[in-house]
Amino acid sequence: MTSLNTHSDPVILEMRSITKEFPGVKALAEVNLRVKAGEIHAICGENGAGKSTLMKVLSGVYPFGSYTGDIVYQSEVQEFKDIRASEHAGIVIIHQELALIPELSIMENIFLGNEPTKRGVIDWAEARIRSTELLARVGLREDPETPIKEIGVGKQQLVEIAKALNKSVKLLILDEPTAALNESDSQHLLDLMLGLKGRGITSIIISHKLNEIEQIADSITIIRDGKSIETLNVKADGVDEDRIIKGMVGRTLESRFPDHEPKIGEVFFEVKNWNVGHPQVQDRMVCKNSNFFVRRGEIVGFAGLMGAGRTELARSVFGRSYGRFLSGQVYLDGKEVELKSVRQAIDAGLGYVTEDRKMLGLNLLDDIKATTVSANLRKVSKHNVIDANKVFTVAEQYRKSLRTKAPSVEEGVAKLSGGNQQKVVLAKWMFTDPELLILDEPTRGIDVGAKYEIYGIIQQLANQGKGVIVISSELPELLGLSDRIYTIFEGAITGVLNKDEASQENLMKLMTSARKTA
Amino acid sequence: MNALKKLFGGNTRQFGMIFALVALIIFFQIATDGRTLTPGNVINLFNGNSYILILAIGMVLVIIAGHIDLSVGSVAAFVGVCVALFIRDWGIPWYLGVLMGLLLGVLIGAWQGFWTAYVGIPAFIVTLSGMLIFRGANQFVGKSNTIPVPGDYQYIGSGYLPEIGPSTGYNNLTLLLGLAAVTFVVFSEIRSRRNAKALGAEVPEAWVSVVKLVLICGAILYATYLFATGRPGTSFPIPGLILAVLVIVYGFISSKTVIGRHIYAVGGNRHAAELSGVQSKKVNFLVMMNMSILAGLAGMIFVGRSTASGPFDGVGWELDAIAAVFIGGAAVTGGVGTVIGSIVGGLVMAVLNNGLQLLGVGADLTQIIKGLVLLIAVAFDVYNKTQGKKSIIGLMFKNFGRSSEMKADETTSTKEVISRGA
Repeated sequence: MTSLNTHSDPVILEMRSITKEFPGVKALAEVNLRVKAGEIHAICGENGAGKSTLMKVLSGVYPFGSYTGDIVYQSEVQEFKDIRASEHAGIVIIHQELALIPELSIMENIFLGNEPTKRGVIDWAEARIRSTELLARVGLREDPETPIKEIGVGKQQLVEIAKALNKSVKLLILDEPTAALNESDSQHLLDLMLGLKGRGITSIIISHKLNEIEQIADSITIIRDGKSIETLNVKADGVDEDRIIKGMVGRTLESRFPDHEPKIGEVFFEVKNWNVGHPQVQDRMVCKNSNFFVRRGEIVGFAGLMGAGRTELARSVFGRSYGRFLSGQVYLDGKEVELKSVRQAIDAGLGYVTEDRKMLGLNLLDDIKATTVSANLRKVSKHNVIDANKVFTVAEQYRKSLRTKAPSVEEGVAKLSGGNQQKVVLAKWMFTDPELLILDEPTRGIDVGAKYEIYGIIQQLANQGKGVIVISSELPELLGLSDRIYTIFEGAITGVLNKDEASQENLMKLMTSARKTA
Repeated sequence: MNALKKLFGGNTRQFGMIFALVALIIFFQIATDGRTLTPGNVINLFNGNSYILILAIGMVLVIIAGHIDLSVGSVAAFVGVCVALFIRDWGIPWYLGVLMGLLLGVLIGAWQGFWTAYVGIPAFIVTLSGMLIFRGANQFVGKSNTIPVPGDYQYIGSGYLPEIGPSTGYNNLTLLLGLAAVTFVVFSEIRSRRNAKALGAEVPEAWVSVVKLVLICGAILYATYLFATGRPGTSFPIPGLILAVLVIVYGFISSKTVIGRHIYAVGGNRHAAELSGVQSKKVNFLVMMNMSILAGLAGMIFVGRSTASGPFDGVGWELDAIAAVFIGGAAVTGGVGTVIGSIVGGLVMAVLNNGLQLLGVGADLTQIIKGLVLLIAVAFDVYNKTQGKKSIIGLMFKNFGRSSEMKADETTSTKEVISRGA
């Protein structure tokens, strides 16, 4: 331990060699984190690096005993068994998805689970006085009785912080606090964090927006592949965005991809001036004037951080299955087509493999064979009567060719591992014989071996002259797989790079900043 | 365990219900000194429950799609009174009356389907409102009176297969029907074995098929014997015949057709179904509409059986039908259930009702017992699901079974995801 910061900057939190394993996956390996009292400490890393897992360990979501290593908080080793225990100690976490109840008022939300009472009866007068105070502290000018659903996300975020302040928070953890906010709301939130720092509250912030981190953080810990790589002191080390990116992506690209010689033909699919609004929020846009095209035999990557609008773009093109369509054209083989429903999109030769396999991609009650044919029942039926033999044959064929590991095609998909589930979903879309297949995070939650096989399948599809779009948060995956990569930031396409000119650094730059090059 | 599983196609839940039904029948047969399995009682049992079983067929589809229909009793009563009035006041023949009744079912179903599928109001609310509307409508158009129906109409509710051909001492048509059923069962088993062999799938051992066939055919032939030897003038009842046709048709639709698969898909995971190109609104509309048509049919059969339509026809039917479906293994969250399972579930309730009556148990105790049976059947299912086990029978034999489950390599378990989605 260094003697530098013992007196002036006492350490409020130290996490020592934290290791957390899930069946088959080591999410965190010997992670160390030291947070000084009164600072704003940022944690940076790519999606899936283990940031959120670390915070869940800290806040007791993963209780003591389910991980190894020590949490030393205020000079004592802590054994949090649930969130209540960590909150009691003054550690409050505000998640990306806000935990507010839309129908209740601001006041009721602030005091939820912590209601001020007088002889067992809620003292609303007291609650009102205290919530007015708290709202003033976070700079929110709203009547405490306003229902949560009537205020915007930015203000809701402030209510969450007010709620944390009410619990006499000492260490505030914010997971992607500005991901859903617009610029002015974000700025307000960052100012508030600096204000809290002035009052002696320590904060940990997880964010993908590196410019914000550069602006407010005192120290930055970088996590990569479940390991803590380094801790930077922003002022002393003169840290800038490029330095953070280097730390985040600093691994070498191994040959984790099958060899592939692309056979690229002409453009057959094109989207022009694509504008889509958020499904609920009136004036929010999820796709801003996007233009892109795909050639035959080409694998096109879509790079962007979580929430950048990649999935929204893909799904809005796929039969307008997401958001409010505003304007834009889709061209197939040079002809404009209107794809107003998923059915039309499938019939036109599009396929979409979702990022959320269990919620949107699979009926977990079904077996392999039923799933395989579920997007193209017409092909296995005659006069609307399904030919069970054909279903079996088709499913068996895909099970063999994709090497799905299952006792038989009658096995329930819920019992399969992630990699095998993904193969079944791929089989389902391959059976629709699409011209353009959109794969959204095709290797999420899949182990390395299965990833390699899935890359092989993607390349085979391209070799057959089909177009493939791969959306991924893992840059090495995009770089290894794609022939061309579009970058997306806040709903807009900010650039396109050919395979030979793309690198993790220049992609990350385009993904995190508004359009500089086009 | 494995042998039992093979016998009943691995569907242990369904097997559990069949097992329970057989056990119940045997129990009552002994407890009532043989009064349960007499021709008269069995015919009675079918006649008195066929309309509930018809409702259960529609209801299981509604529940598989993830909805519920509380209005079926009122819809049945409303259609019943309208048909009775058409025949009495307009003098139309009975078959035209039935046709108009079905048409009325289509209209009512379109009304409820519209609100459920296209406006997006939960079916619980839509059909709760329908329950009030159509009960009121029944009493309004019928002026709360009893409206009799003519004798030829009563045939659909209380008729029997006619006596034809040489006098054998049995009802010839019933015998033929039984033989046809046996032939069908034997041939379909042979065909499925041949198919499995051709596809290279697992073919069950020969003894499994033989034992299965002997059991099923034995049951069919015994039932045939009972139906064919009733007191003169009775035989296999017409409502039973209608029911049998519906079970075959809907069993086929639900398991073998595109629309059937779509119902399961929408109930299992609506978002996944929509992203696979299933038009979930259309599916929901059709399912709700179909339920009202079947409710209309059940109402018409009931009017035929009771020779008149009344203001309190069909009260509480929705609950009997829903109970049958859940005892038959359907899940409240949708996506799970079978037509045949619901029929078995309905028969369990019917046999229980009938047996307790024969034993002279009062209506009060009967209701208590039926309520407990429903609760226990579903509680077992829920408990076993939360334990990650299969079913009652799976639980009983858990030490004999061999687990072939694969480890998932993900951090969230399926159960978590399901509970989040629910």
